[in-house]
Amino acid sequence: MLSIRNLQSGYGRIQALHGIDVDVAEGEIITLIGANGAGKTTLLMTICGKPRASQGEIVFEGEEITRLPTFQIARRGIAHAPEGRRIFPRMTVRENLQMGAAVTPPQYFTDDLDRVLTLFPRLRERLDQRGGTLSGGEQQMLAIGRALMGRPRLLMLDEPSLGLAPLVVRQIFQIIREINREQKVTVFLVEQNAFHALKLAHRAYVMVNGRIAMSGTGEQLLADPAVRAAYLEGGHPAAEETEEAR
Amino acid sequence: MEYFIQQLINGISLGAIYGLIAIGYTMVYGIIGMINFAHGEIYMIGAFVSLIGFLFMGVLGISYIPLALFLVLLMAMLFTAIYGWAIERIAYRPLRGSVKLAPLISAIGMSIVLQNYVQLTQGARVKPLQPIIQGGFELSGANADFHVRLSYLQIVIVLLTIALMSIFTYVITRTPLGRAQRATEQDMTMASLLGINVDRIISTTFVMGAALAAVAGLMVTLYYGVIDFYIGFIAGMKAFTAAVLGGIGSLPGAMLGGLLIGLIEAFWSGYFSIGYKDVAAFSILVLVLIFRPTGLLGKPEVEKV
Repeated sequence: MLSIRNLQSGYGRIQALHGIDVDVAEGEIITLIGANGAGKTTLLMTICGKPRASQGEIVFEGEEITRLPTFQIARRGIAHAPEGRRIFPRMTVRENLQMGAAVTPPQYFTDDLDRVLTLFPRLRERLDQRGGTLSGGEQQMLAIGRALMGRPRLLMLDEPSLGLAPLVVRQIFQIIREINREQKVTVFLVEQNAFHALKLAHRAYVMVNGRIAMSGTGEQLLADPAVRAAYLEGGHPAAEETEEAR
Repeated sequence: MEYFIQQLINGISLGAIYGLIAIGYTMVYGIIGMINFAHGEIYMIGAFVSLIGFLFMGVLGISYIPLALFLVLLMAMLFTAIYGWAIERIAYRPLRGSVKLAPLISAIGMSIVLQNYVQLTQGARVKPLQPIIQGGFELSGANADFHVRLSYLQIVIVLLTIALMSIFTYVITRTPLGRAQRATEQDMTMASLLGINVDRIISTTFVMGAALAAVAGLMVTLYYGVIDFYIGFIAGMKAFTAAVLGGIGSLPGAMLGGLLIGLIEAFWSGYFSIGYKDVAAFSILVLVLIFRPTGLLGKPEVEKV
């Protein structure tokens, strides 16, 4: 569905991606993990054309989208819940969701809104509240909900667990799985919370310094000693906690 | 008392005109964070198009005044909107993403170009227009020594302004276009990630602002009966002041600011000295900015991250 070949990109003179190859097949949940500054967010944003790739190509459903303007890429069916959530703070929750559906035919709106609000009942209570007044978890739900309102074929999520309480994190991951299974949306997930993310993933990539260092199924990477040492053991109380809970 | 009411009426009419121009400043600032210093010139061009429009109506022999007024209004809005669109395309869009000061300088350049262009093509002399909407009401009793006059033109100005501002507020707050404009204003990148063609939204904003400035230009042409190529500068400064006074970026703020500037000017020239009316308007601005830097209705941004 999405295939990325030798992708290079960066900001100004600073190159952040040094030749990335990633494939996402239809129906999959793909996870990308990596440390801070590895280039994960840059990869997702480059897929959307911001910043533009300096080299390489991005093909989405057989069409090269590398040079398309950002709004055209979005209209091809790629939705992005970006880093920092980027809720429109001075618009209500309803208006934020309407913005998510800005380029979908209006006849779908009522059904889609209902589906999103069933997925995130909290948002229903807050429909007329301004986006900027929501809690972090609610904003994340809104960011995902807004992305879903565009009826995406591919949903890209940039660190949806960042800054959220463990309970909320579990809830969000549960919902991502649901979206993938029931709404048949392909998911490209970027995470620092490696344990949860790898559990969820069909396949995963590990990114180090702007390059793909490793790839495999979620279980393979979870069992890999190097991955465990770098991303799972030590300093990940949330991961251990959940393991104990099982 | 009669004198007070007279100045109130004059101030409101003037304020309506400033408010219409101020909306263009505040919208453009809201969406791309720049002061469009060429906006005063847009208004001046609106006035010239109106003048030409009335001459044209004369040639066509359309003497029914409401129809002529309506046609000239449409013509002024259309042509001026094209100017607004072209200015953004030529002078601002190529500079998007460069340093913040660049489009500002480009705007000042554009303003000089437009002034000189009108001066060259239309001449530097003041252009008169004979009164088109005449008459009015006398509001006070026959034995008063001062008669309050409310002209039909003032009524037209205020009603038209209220109508346009209502339509405008509706578009911004209730329609998909207005929603996309507000989204672009709050987070341009995110709006484009949602499939919004941000360039087109920005163009639309310039077109809308220019159309309102054109209406202001038309009304000034009718109100004062004389225009020249330089009227955009002072009116632009006043309207910009109005936008800042009300809180730049805020639509109701621009309307309120315009009204206040109009009232201050009218009362100052009525009770003190007409020569210092601009000083009064700008002094109020200074005071407001000292005590409320975000303007009357502008809010400091409170956002949770």
